[in-house]
Amino acid sequence: MPERLVIVGNGMAPGRMLEHLLDKAPGRYDVTIFNAEPRVNYDRIMLSPVLSGEKDYEQIVIHGDGWYIKHGITLYKGHKIVAVDRAAKTVTSEPGETVDYDKLVIATGSVPFIIPVPGHDLPGVLSYRDLDDVNAMLLAAQSRQKAVVIGGGLLGLEAAAGLQARGMEVTVIHLMPTLMERQLDPAAGYLLQKAVEERGIRVITGANTKAILGDRRVEGVELADGTILPATLVVMAVGIRPNAGIAKEAGLAVKRGILVDDGMRTSDEDILALGECAEVGGHVYGLVAPLYEMARVAAARLAGDDSAGFVHSDTPTKLKVTGIDLFSLGDFADGDDREDIVLRDARAGVYKRVILQDNRIIGTVLFGETADATWFSDLKKKAVDISEMRDTLIFGQAYQGGSPLDPTAAVAALADDAEICGCNGVCKGTITKAIADKGLTSLADVRAHTKASASCGTCTGLVEQLMTLTLGESFKAAAAPSLCGCTELGHADVRKLIRAHRLKSVPAVMQELGWTTPNGCAKCRPALNYYLICDWPGEYRDDSRSRYINERVHANIQKDGTYSVVPRMWGGVTTPDELRAIADVADKFKIPTVKVTGGQRIDLLGVRKEDLPAVWADLGRAGMISGAAYAKGLRTVKTCVGKDWCRFGTQDSTGLGIKLEKRMWGSWTPAKVKLGVSGCPRNCAEATCKDIGVICVDSGYEIHFAGAAGLDIRGTQVLCKAASEDETIQIIAALTQLYREQGHYLERIYKWADRVGVESIRAAVVDDPDKRQALYDRFMESQKTAQVDPWAERAFQGVDAHEFAPLADFSFKEAAE
Amino acid sequence: MSEDTWIDVGAEADVPPLGSRVVRAPAGDIAVFKAADGTLFALFDRCPHKGGPLSQGIVHGHAVTCPLHNWVIGLADGAAQGADHGCTATVAVKVEAGRVLLAGAALRTGARAA
Repeated sequence: MPERLVIVGNGMAPGRMLEHLLDKAPGRYDVTIFNAEPRVNYDRIMLSPVLSGEKDYEQIVIHGDGWYIKHGITLYKGHKIVAVDRAAKTVTSEPGETVDYDKLVIATGSVPFIIPVPGHDLPGVLSYRDLDDVNAMLLAAQSRQKAVVIGGGLLGLEAAAGLQARGMEVTVIHLMPTLMERQLDPAAGYLLQKAVEERGIRVITGANTKAILGDRRVEGVELADGTILPATLVVMAVGIRPNAGIAKEAGLAVKRGILVDDGMRTSDEDILALGECAEVGGHVYGLVAPLYEMARVAAARLAGDDSAGFVHSDTPTKLKVTGIDLFSLGDFADGDDREDIVLRDARAGVYKRVILQDNRIIGTVLFGETADATWFSDLKKKAVDISEMRDTLIFGQAYQGGSPLDPTAAVAALADDAEICGCNGVCKGTITKAIADKGLTSLADVRAHTKASASCGTCTGLVEQLMTLTLGESFKAAAAPSLCGCTELGHADVRKLIRAHRLKSVPAVMQELGWTTPNGCAKCRPALNYYLICDWPGEYRDDSRSRYINERVHANIQKDGTYSVVPRMWGGVTTPDELRAIADVADKFKIPTVKVTGGQRIDLLGVRKEDLPAVWADLGRAGMISGAAYAKGLRTVKTCVGKDWCRFGTQDSTGLGIKLEKRMWGSWTPAKVKLGVSGCPRNCAEATCKDIGVICVDSGYEIHFAGAAGLDIRGTQVLCKAASEDETIQIIAALTQLYREQGHYLERIYKWADRVGVESIRAAVVDDPDKRQALYDRFMESQKTAQVDPWAERAFQGVDAHEFAPLADFSFKEAAE
Repeated sequence: MSEDTWIDVGAEADVPPLGSRVVRAPAGDIAVFKAADGTLFALFDRCPHKGGPLSQGIVHGHAVTCPLHNWVIGLADGAAQGADHGCTATVAVKVEAGRVLLAGAALRTGARAA
């Protein structure tokens, strides 16, 4: 019978310990976890990107619910442990669950330190520790008012940058004269302050908080010198202390943290402690690398390997604020027996300092240019005598021994035991060996197998370079391609950054994201225009100069420069009056070809550009609007006749198609969207090769998606079944909105589904009713301003009149000469 | 009409930035483009590839992308950029007192080059 292992806490350290343990001793323990937070294990280091909007919660989950089920682990979410009975060997949670243990692991982490000034307990005063704090900050940020962050350390600055990105006016107050004084020397601290201020964040150093002001909720912060800073949100990020309360109550030895030996054992041999709550060799830790080392040791000990022991090592600091590169490692205090090598480039905002003792690196501070961080760390770790390269050391690895300035040369030159991923302690050899042995070809594979770059992600570039080195050009082809030649960024990055930095015009995106061309190209401008329309509905003004001609003039250009015109026919249904109007238009404007399309519409081909407004006017007077046959947007809903006529029809497929089309017309999407609704599984509307399809059955509606019948041919996949028309329409609108928000420009639904995975789509649109509702609401909000007939605007209101008339006409006059 | 006459084809303000307007001429349409920096260019409105109307393309920098097959044509010299080869004839253009003037020769029959 397996031993019973109980874990108190479900943070990153115990999560990692379990991974090791399941690997080393599968089946040895029956595992139960109590998590005070009501959720699974997520990557706490990535909270800052969630706050700034560069990532979502789903992207930082380490172990989803499925992982616990797969490994037979019982996880109590929202269960805080209130008692440990060491004699009876049981733990009891607040909701009253009592569980026996053979081995107990305490991993309760840390609690934020709150300065006990008056007003510290007012609503609106938050710490920065977990997802709840982030959610509370995001809520507060919606006010777009003022925030004060107390503490100019790593967490405080990340919080400030995140809140500012969310539209708040932020002031950081810091007790010490320079920012991050524990990790940076004053020179780098000064550059950091400048970089933070350039982002529009106010910084006050040497500031002592006297009180937090406010009656019922926070209204401001008062400093010791009498300055009053108005604020609706105050974030305290002044430090953490180990959360050792439960261990203390249980009578375990506790100093700053829970005392453990180098095998993570507390004063009770059946109880281990690890993570931020543990104190080992006189140190407590807050960065992830040593915590993961503890996890490795604890797992080895639980698996019966008593040789594993924890050894202290320095951990580098990196700031996760987009656009600010800094790195610090080791000791950088001045001293008589120490020498400095310093490189400054004030214009480029670069500062590099290496601190030497006996010709060996003992500390490194890099600001503005951190590419050589790994190399310096490696030299320090191995205590390499640097006398020979002393003159060029500070310029970095590319300048040593005449190696070329190839970006991968630096990684190529690293030794196999050089550490690439600091968080997870993965060295170069481990990664290259895994790539070769297991045939890994994607970054995701490498992360899954080695954990390299799977935590804070700052070493992703290095890992990618290693993949290029090992796999050659074949890897480069697999990497996310850039959006176009004007930028290095890919579509996904651009979309994230537009939201994160609240960029609301094409020039703003190009300026802030460093476009290399003055006004983009024919590839990126339409993409950016779409992303801005999607992200800022009602606010962004469509840029017609960034529209492809068809969308600019709302007709399809033909090879001879004439256009085709397709009026909307809801669900493919028309009337004698509409047909008469179409026939009259064709006669009046001498339109040479009239053709029925694959999407059940009528196409008028060969219309001269200057006739377009008049053609639209005649069609509009007969009640017809643009069929959007030219749009990266909703095109057609094709239907069969359904139960009103067909002897096999199970539902009113025509009626449902018309309802869908009325709900969804006018929406812009990454690429065209075509729908089909079939009244029975005989599928006369060919719904199973559409972007979104519905197959009606006796019991309801089968919703399909991700089909294609063009360059690629694909059958759809079933998304889910719905019981009513209303539910069907809501699900399809939510699905379309998710595609609008995640799709890359010109990426059809089936390619988007291949990229993000059908499961993730189903999880958002089907499984989670709240998410579905939110997606649906956003879709409808966007439709409020999208459902305007562009033909009517141009036919009757003179919009873009210059598009349809020549500047001057000399053809007749000159010809008559 | 001599070689050095200039013909007023319209107001400079009527050509939108990053856009173009067409001037109908006996030898074929002439497209007048305005770059983001305000510079005006004029070329015959035919892509050297398949004759696509360049005036309908997206303007970026001092180039336009043809709407039919995405050839990129330089506005200053009419030459295809990148891997493509071909050239559209340009037309001399200038602005005086807010009016766009085109070289008169281009508006006369037969002025079109290959």
